Amino acid sequence: MSTFLLEIGLEEVPAHLVTSSRIQLVERTTTFLAAHHLSVEQIKAYATPRRLAVQLINVAEQSEALSEEKRGPSIERAKDDNGGWTKAAQGFARGQGATPDDFEEREGYVWLTKRTPGISASEILAKIGDEVVMQMKFTTYMKWANNDFLYVRPIRWVVALLDSDVINFNVLEVKTGRVTRGHRFLSNEHIEIPDAASYVETLQAQYVIADADARKSKIRTQLETIATQNNWLLNLESSAAEDLLEEVNNIVEWPTAFSGNFDNKYLELPDEVLMTSMREHQRFFYVTDETGKLLPHFLSVRNGNVENIDNVVAGNEKVLVARLEDAEFFYHEDQQKTIAENMEKVKKLVFHEKIGTVYEHMQRVGVLSKTLARALNFDDVKKNDLARASEIYKFDLMTGMVGEFDELQGIMGEHYAKLFGESDAVAIAIKEHYMPTSATGKIATTDVGAVLSIADKLDTIVTFFSANLIPSGSNDPYGLRRAATGIVRTLQDKQWHVALKPLLVNYVKSTGSVTKNANLSAIIEFILDRVRKLTLDNGIRQDIVAAGTTQTDDIDIVNIAARTQVLSKHLNDVDFRDIIEALTRVSRLAGKVETDNRDVDANLFENQSEEALFSATKAINLQTINSQSSEDVYRSLSGLQDVISNYFNATMVNVDNEVVKNNRYAQLHQISDLISELGDLEKIVIK
Amino acid sequence: MTNTKLSLQDIILTLQQYWAQQGANLMQAYDNEVGAGTQSPYTFLRANGPEPWNAAYVQPSRRPADGRYGDNPNRLFQHHQFQVVMKPSPSNIQELYLGSLEALGIKPLEHDIRFVEDNWENPSMGAAGIGWEVWLDGMEVTQFTYFQQVGGIEVDSVTAEVTYGLERLASYIQDVPTVYDLEWGNGVLYGDIFKEPEYEHSKYAFEESNQELLLKHFDEFEEEATHLLALGLVHPAYDYILKSSHVFNLLDARGTVSVTERAGYLHRIRTMARRVSSVFIEERAKLGFPLLKDAVLRDKYLGSKGKYAPKEGK
Repeated sequence: MSTFLLEIGLEEVPAHLVTSSRIQLVERTTTFLAAHHLSVEQIKAYATPRRLAVQLINVAEQSEALSEEKRGPSIERAKDDNGGWTKAAQGFARGQGATPDDFEEREGYVWLTKRTPGISASEILAKIGDEVVMQMKFTTYMKWANNDFLYVRPIRWVVALLDSDVINFNVLEVKTGRVTRGHRFLSNEHIEIPDAASYVETLQAQYVIADADARKSKIRTQLETIATQNNWLLNLESSAAEDLLEEVNNIVEWPTAFSGNFDNKYLELPDEVLMTSMREHQRFFYVTDETGKLLPHFLSVRNGNVENIDNVVAGNEKVLVARLEDAEFFYHEDQQKTIAENMEKVKKLVFHEKIGTVYEHMQRVGVLSKTLARALNFDDVKKNDLARASEIYKFDLMTGMVGEFDELQGIMGEHYAKLFGESDAVAIAIKEHYMPTSATGKIATTDVGAVLSIADKLDTIVTFFSANLIPSGSNDPYGLRRAATGIVRTLQDKQWHVALKPLLVNYVKSTGSVTKNANLSAIIEFILDRVRKLTLDNGIRQDIVAAGTTQTDDIDIVNIAARTQVLSKHLNDVDFRDIIEALTRVSRLAGKVETDNRDVDANLFENQSEEALFSATKAINLQTINSQSSEDVYRSLSGLQDVISNYFNATMVNVDNEVVKNNRYAQLHQISDLISELGDLEKIVIK
Repeated sequence: MTNTKLSLQDIILTLQQYWAQQGANLMQAYDNEVGAGTQSPYTFLRANGPEPWNAAYVQPSRRPADGRYGDNPNRLFQHHQFQVVMKPSPSNIQELYLGSLEALGIKPLEHDIRFVEDNWENPSMGAAGIGWEVWLDGMEVTQFTYFQQVGGIEVDSVTAEVTYGLERLASYIQDVPTVYDLEWGNGVLYGDIFKEPEYEHSKYAFEESNQELLLKHFDEFEEEATHLLALGLVHPAYDYILKSSHVFNLLDARGTVSVTERAGYLHRIRTMARRVSSVFIEERAKLGFPLLKDAVLRDKYLGSKGKYAPKEGK
């Protein structure tokens, strides 16, 4: 049994693509080996910024030999009267690359056995360049030199070793060999790998930890050691810290953690400013004391060893201090300008070239949020806070701090608003109106913040649609899908039953030219698509999602999502199939005759089953159906199943007597209206 | 840090010497206002077409909106870039770059040097590339780009562009608090030379520029560029494109270009940039791409089935 090593040497791969590329390389290698019937015991994967590698353990000497039987024509057709082979038989043999001499006669047919001998591992592995390396897909591509070929970064070397032998092939102009490169600075450019099995050790001696997990745990230990020695608290468990650790791991080959300091005076800056400066801009880890207060120290990781680390510490400290110095300058400068002065500048700030200014956007959002507050019965305190927040909630965009640290928009708004004496509710709403900032990000917690968030996003979607800036395919440059997802998630989180459709209709009427080209039904479908995506992501079956998320008169997102959940919840009930069949029978038939008549005259009944259906339907309180939960509606309707079956067994709806017939249709429509409260049940696939 | 603190002019001399040895031709700063070294014809035009091209030069770069009246320690109306372009990109371009740091006395083993992903794009010039910013002990000192598209045209041969921010690099090497404290050479400080012009240019761009005059210039420059492009006079046309781009930057810094107008101006510059790239390639093709010596590539581009095969009857 042999070991095979493939190493693709690259110029520094973007950190966020290293891990996914390593996983992809394993998948492609697995598929490649299966296609060639070459067995291996294990595939080990390695990745650093400069290399992607797989090591195949216990590679079989050759691929499995295959034999495949093919049935030919019947013996009757295969032989002519003289017992010679017919044209059909000869054709069959030719097609299989054999001669009739190879035939076997069995079960009334002629048979051929096609045997493919095993192919040596070295012959198969010589194809890994074309079939794996060149086939890798990435989210960023580039070409280099005079090549037309696209790859994530230029390929600089390829190692292909079967035990100690080089497997020869080319990737573009790069010939495979046994020469790899060690650490960019601690090693040199010409490192020979003696055999495939000694890959990790060879690189280790050249200051490269090829195993990404081993490298990460080394970084983790180094960071934690420094923190513990200094009595600092370091949290590596938060998702932001994990992301940073993952990124740092993929920009170093030989990590050495170090700590640095900055002056105490910068601690007066808001925490978010310090954290952003350290984490986002410099890829530093921040540390706190046991109460969670930031300390004037940071941790970082060098791509190298401990020699001359003082230079590295000093340089990094200097860069951080320059940033903090800027931040402090802005922090003091910003406090010299009132909110009103900043708002004057917002008047000139562009929202979108085709739409207008941020100030106009805010004014529309103000109107919309007021409508929402009324619909949600906000008390006067909340209404006033909302009104104030909507007047000023973008002022921080004009501050120096947000100009320099744009990821702090909203966060600085909250901070400065408090400094300027705004109420906490207003300040928090300024921060929360951006939320959720990602598909799974936190949702606004306060009611005022949530309404401002919804109104801000709705106006954005409507005006962008009106300006024909509509997302297509994977292209959503203005984050409109994220905004719509945010609206849906916030409404659900707050359990706010808002009738979106009438709200938007009135809104578009009142806003004039900036929304005049907005296609409302397209916008509602766009938002419903987000509901569909979210419910599908929750594992709900496609047909149930389609049934539950059809358009309604009011578009109450909370109801639409809830009824989809309810349908899904009952999917595995023993009587689900019968209930859905009974109900869809009613709605299908009702759909055949359009009528507005819902008045049923009991005097026209001709049998018991009609009477029974009538009273059963009456028992469901029609007046309050809108305020009933989807679960209650489902339960009420499921109770009709037997009555409906009996009804159809005993009653012919389409009779000649028009009066009786219309009465029956009125009855069916009554029920059909109820059924549509659950969505379009006909979309459910009943197996 | 380093033992002998190189002056800014020592840094320039060292880089020039180094890159000349690596096969780059030393060009001089382009004598037209540009926003970045990339806009010099020695990069922008030469990046198009299949001909090889290796050059290095200092390019004073004007960014009116970044002017700070000489008050900000790092932001400048005009800064200096040291620009290196190598086309086709050599396979050891990263090592060549690291060699240049060594030439400046920055020994990689004494520092932490990283290539951090950073892709570059200049939509108004229809240019985009893939690459990194280079971090030296946490400070971004160089932009490293493989051009993929220039003037809206996918490049035939990829240029590797290495752009050093000279003020930043010098601040690192000399370890001074503001750019104005840098030593340019012979004891003369950066501030002695540039503080006053920084103030004046900022004052001009933000307060005193004549809007009507600039708007009129923009139209005239555009008209002239379009006219020259039609005649196939690539280089004078490109000069007028640069002039209109700079005039637009001045207008933009003043903050009085309205929203829709802004998009319109950018679109007009982009349209000209696209035209000039394709006319440049046409004109070089007519000359038979004299700098392209490789027989295989000549055939690929100029052979009977080549991308730029001479048209019948010409």
